[in-house]
Amino acid sequence: MGAPDDRSEGRGDLNRPRRDIRRVSDTRGELNRSRHDTLRASLRRIWGLVYRHVALYRRSWPRLVELMYWPILQMVVWGFITTYVAGMQPGTGAVAAGALLGAVLLWEIALRGQMGFALSFLEEIWSRNLGHVFVSPLRPRELVAALMTMSVIRTAVGVVPAMLLAWLLYGFGIFTLGPAVVGFFAALIMMGWAVAMLVTALILRHGAGAEALAWSVLFGITPFAAVFYPVSVLPAWLQPFSLAIPAAHVFEGMRGALIGGHMAWDHLAYAFLLDAAWLAVAAWVFMRQFEGARVRGALLNIGE
Amino acid sequence: MTPPALLIENLAKTYPARKGAAPPKPAVDGLSFTLPQGATWGLLGGNGAGKTTTIAMLLGLLVPSGGRVLALGHDMATDRFAALARMNFSSPYVALPHRLSVAENLRIYAHLYDISDTEARIAELARDLQLGDLLDRPAGQLSAGQKTRVALAKALINRPALLLLDEPTASLDPDTGDWVRSWLERYRAESGCAILLASHNMAEVERLCAHVLMLKEGKIVDQGSPEALIARYGREDLEQVFLDIARGTRAETAEVT
Repeated sequence: MGAPDDRSEGRGDLNRPRRDIRRVSDTRGELNRSRHDTLRASLRRIWGLVYRHVALYRRSWPRLVELMYWPILQMVVWGFITTYVAGMQPGTGAVAAGALLGAVLLWEIALRGQMGFALSFLEEIWSRNLGHVFVSPLRPRELVAALMTMSVIRTAVGVVPAMLLAWLLYGFGIFTLGPAVVGFFAALIMMGWAVAMLVTALILRHGAGAEALAWSVLFGITPFAAVFYPVSVLPAWLQPFSLAIPAAHVFEGMRGALIGGHMAWDHLAYAFLLDAAWLAVAAWVFMRQFEGARVRGALLNIGE
Repeated sequence: MTPPALLIENLAKTYPARKGAAPPKPAVDGLSFTLPQGATWGLLGGNGAGKTTTIAMLLGLLVPSGGRVLALGHDMATDRFAALARMNFSSPYVALPHRLSVAENLRIYAHLYDISDTEARIAELARDLQLGDLLDRPAGQLSAGQKTRVALAKALINRPALLLLDEPTASLDPDTGDWVRSWLERYRAESGCAILLASHNMAEVERLCAHVLMLKEGKIVDQGSPEALIARYGREDLEQVFLDIARGTRAETAEVT
């Protein structure tokens, strides 16, 4: 025990009657809350969990560097590859190079979005803090909202420097795709959240054994998500599977804008529809596993 | 009418069986008790008696197989978040993020419990629990005694009407343990908070608790005030009563009140 001198001072305090300890909270505050108060309290709880992660990043620059490291490295490697390809075949090569760089940047959004959600949840497990979090009034939907917020923050910190680098080094501006690029970002990060929710559900079900999926799962989807080539390249039997992935529509839309010069809004609409379906399924699975963990007692020793 | 801090009726928990294994025994088997507002009760039992399972069900971390938990008048099966806003919990086995400072940790929980005067509340707790010099230090760099004080500050951040404490003085030296017990005694008296205390320290339970629930194999095998239990078993202290019950030498013959 540190500060024994503090304790002896404290023991003196203990013997004095105190007037500044207020009586315990009463029920009326909770019962009489207006809808506005309820929403404000909910946002505050979400912020509480976001603050926990922001505070961690604020005092650890290596963690910030780690967020930017892979997206920047990817951009540098792919930037040189596309420069080489564009040099080999001016014209079509340059267009293909732009499509490749755009794909790298946009896929990083999905990857970082998914990892940002799942790793923020894992941080709670690693710090053995989930017991405190789950006995607070934080609702599961607020936990999900906080993890989504962290996912957006981590993705922005990780991908924005890579975007700037693509513009400075290779003259590729992702925003030349027009306002639809915001829709692309949103559709991809939403897909990342859906996958991350499924990963989190698996962690709730299988504990630490499922942790590795937080890093690897989205890489397994890459070949079918039409990131670097159109869906038509895939075998016919695989194409319906590919078209059920929201990202495939985003990348088809991106290539349409970059190569064909027209924005395929229908693809963006499909991407959002599929995202809604994926998120609904993922939320259902997450809640089932969360309640299952409460039945099995897994919340008591998750991560051990 | 003010509801009791806890109303427990036939609470039971049997963990799901593992594939291929025999059906497990109930971890908790038909607990019923009523913890009045403002009282400190003890939950005693050997390892595997069902204390942790019981506390987890009272906190909503674990779904009971049967029975009912009413915490501060709220049914934990249907309305647990209303109760959780007015409850809190401390255990040396659940950590706080160790890279964050003490103040940051307390701020997180002030947000989670929607405390309106966050900084004033943290300052108040820092003064009460002598955390002033620790507020800017990472939680992971504190000694066991300092961590206990920080954990108590976290547990009191929302001025809980019901406080569940799991071995609050485990691994503390006698001096620090005594400080914590004195602090809890004074806090309960001045705040009116009800406390349910799980502990293996019988002297602590004798000192703090007005009533003790003795658990064995998931059931309450005896209960009463520490003095009544000691008298009933003809022993000198609660530790000897605990040993009688744990070893089965007297529990079956003692009359459950």
